[in-house]
Amino acid sequence: MSGAPTVPTIGFEDVVVRYAGARVSALDGVSFDVPRGAMTAVAGPNGSGKSTLVRALLRRQPLLSGSITIDGDNIAAISQRELARRVAIAPQREEAAFPMRVDEYVALGRFPRLGLWESPSAADREAVDRALHRAGVSEFTERRTDELSGGEWQRVRIARALAQEGGALVLDEPTTFLDMPHEMALFELLDSLARDGLAVLIVSHQLNLLARFARTIVLLDRGKVAAAGTPAEVMRAPVLESIYDWPLVVTRDPAAGAPALLPLRRPTSLS
Amino acid sequence: MVTHRSWHWLVALAVFAIVCVAGVAYGTIRIPVADVIRALTGEGDTSVIAIVRDLRLPRVALAALIGAGLGMSGGALQGTLRNGLAEPYLLGVSGGAAVGAVAAFAAGIGDAGWIALSAFVGAAIAVLLALLVARAAGRGGRGDPRTLLMAGVVIGAFANAVIMVALANAPPNTVRGALWWMMGSAGDATWQTVTVLAVSILVGGAALIYLARDIDVLALGEEPAAALGVDVDRAARTIYLLSALLAAATVAAAGLVGFVGLIVPHIVRSAGLRRHRPLLLGTAVVGATLVVAADLAARTLRPPAELPLGAVTAILGVPFFLAQLRKTA
Repeated sequence: MSGAPTVPTIGFEDVVVRYAGARVSALDGVSFDVPRGAMTAVAGPNGSGKSTLVRALLRRQPLLSGSITIDGDNIAAISQRELARRVAIAPQREEAAFPMRVDEYVALGRFPRLGLWESPSAADREAVDRALHRAGVSEFTERRTDELSGGEWQRVRIARALAQEGGALVLDEPTTFLDMPHEMALFELLDSLARDGLAVLIVSHQLNLLARFARTIVLLDRGKVAAAGTPAEVMRAPVLESIYDWPLVVTRDPAAGAPALLPLRRPTSLS
Repeated sequence: MVTHRSWHWLVALAVFAIVCVAGVAYGTIRIPVADVIRALTGEGDTSVIAIVRDLRLPRVALAALIGAGLGMSGGALQGTLRNGLAEPYLLGVSGGAAVGAVAAFAAGIGDAGWIALSAFVGAAIAVLLALLVARAAGRGGRGDPRTLLMAGVVIGAFANAVIMVALANAPPNTVRGALWWMMGSAGDATWQTVTVLAVSILVGGAALIYLARDIDVLALGEEPAAALGVDVDRAARTIYLLSALLAAATVAAAGLVGFVGLIVPHIVRSAGLRRHRPLLLGTAVVGATLVVAADLAARTLRPPAELPLGAVTAILGVPFFLAQLRKTA
């Protein structure tokens, strides 16, 4: 019997990363799977290793040990281009120096599928149109990327990632700078993409949103997996309090019943 | 149907053609356009034929090639370094080439071919040094273009120091020769220089245009480029090296011609070209036009004296660049 259905789309296995000159590892034995058809979330305090995880997946940070696999293949053994065909990653940092039109920008998502002299085919243009439509940005394809609001820009970035048509979508802090409705709309979009069969991996600080949308939450703390499981398993006050070193309570979201985190005022010791 | 884009190309090519004809017709002696055309086909006065074929034509061709090379080099570097202030001489090219040329002058070498070779070797060494320094410095956080920019600046400063030391106690003739060389001129153009530069520009330019799609993606930043499947470090290194060698070839042929590689990509982008394949072709045409025009101005503004080409490109370029800045600010 083939093991295909059980092979995770993205698999982190005992991943260890240490930056040059650092005494401690930025990632210290991180293991978890990102299955298709669901949203998997990575959260944790600043400096817990979340962005290093994305850089390692991008192959911009070499692993000291362990492995990262895509559909069972070690990413170290495939080309950068093949990696980009299989998983679409929207990194946190993006400093496009020169603005371009939204449709031109989204079309760059087809880059990993084009030969160097090949011009985009009808299929490529259709993929770009689908991505623009799906991300809800088809009405401003002729706008320039430097004229977009924060919410529009994040959606355009997701459209570019969707145009890659990989089996997995990875987003690092996609809701930074977004207001509440844009943030909710983005999570709804990711949720529907996951329901359509994509493996979605999101790195975010928004624990309350993750609790409502993600199937699995992986909490990182100082490079290690401090807790991993369903939101109900992970979002427990003692776990979160020790990781974040801040007093808090965990209640229930009154509508969906998902756990909801409420940070408390820290009692002042000085009077 | 003629699209909006095609019009830009037609206008650019027409302006280039007009400037080239003017470049051949005007000079210390003015030759009517009809005579220029007759001289090209080998008819008419032998002295006119000689001026057109052996002096003006190679000079215009050399200027065009310098402009095309510097334009493409600047366009590729600005995209890859994600910086509109990047320019071809940035990676130590100018300093290295100047050290090479000054070394040749100081050694008493008068032959233009040997000076050119010495300048090219100097530029190539400086670029390789800048890339090596950036690579060694960038081991912790890789791929940051700022490291490379700083390496280029430092190498350039070092080269300047070397030049000052070499020229401080040199005889006046050496100083004058070196200084004139550094100011840039297409005046010594021969068909041999033109041929050598044409081959370099064709090969280097074709290679950059081949890599243009990588530049599109590299312009988004290191991580997005990796996410889209570019082997970032290797692609960027290749583009830096090609751009720098392209600039080095022009410097070897005609000395330092500033500002062209900085300003031309901005002109082309303002015409709406954003993808680097058309953008690089555009920078070649616009760069060629600008340098042919600047060379024409250099030899006609204050006859019979010639102004340094590098000074004219800067004088023409600065107002344009300031206008551009005002538009974007």
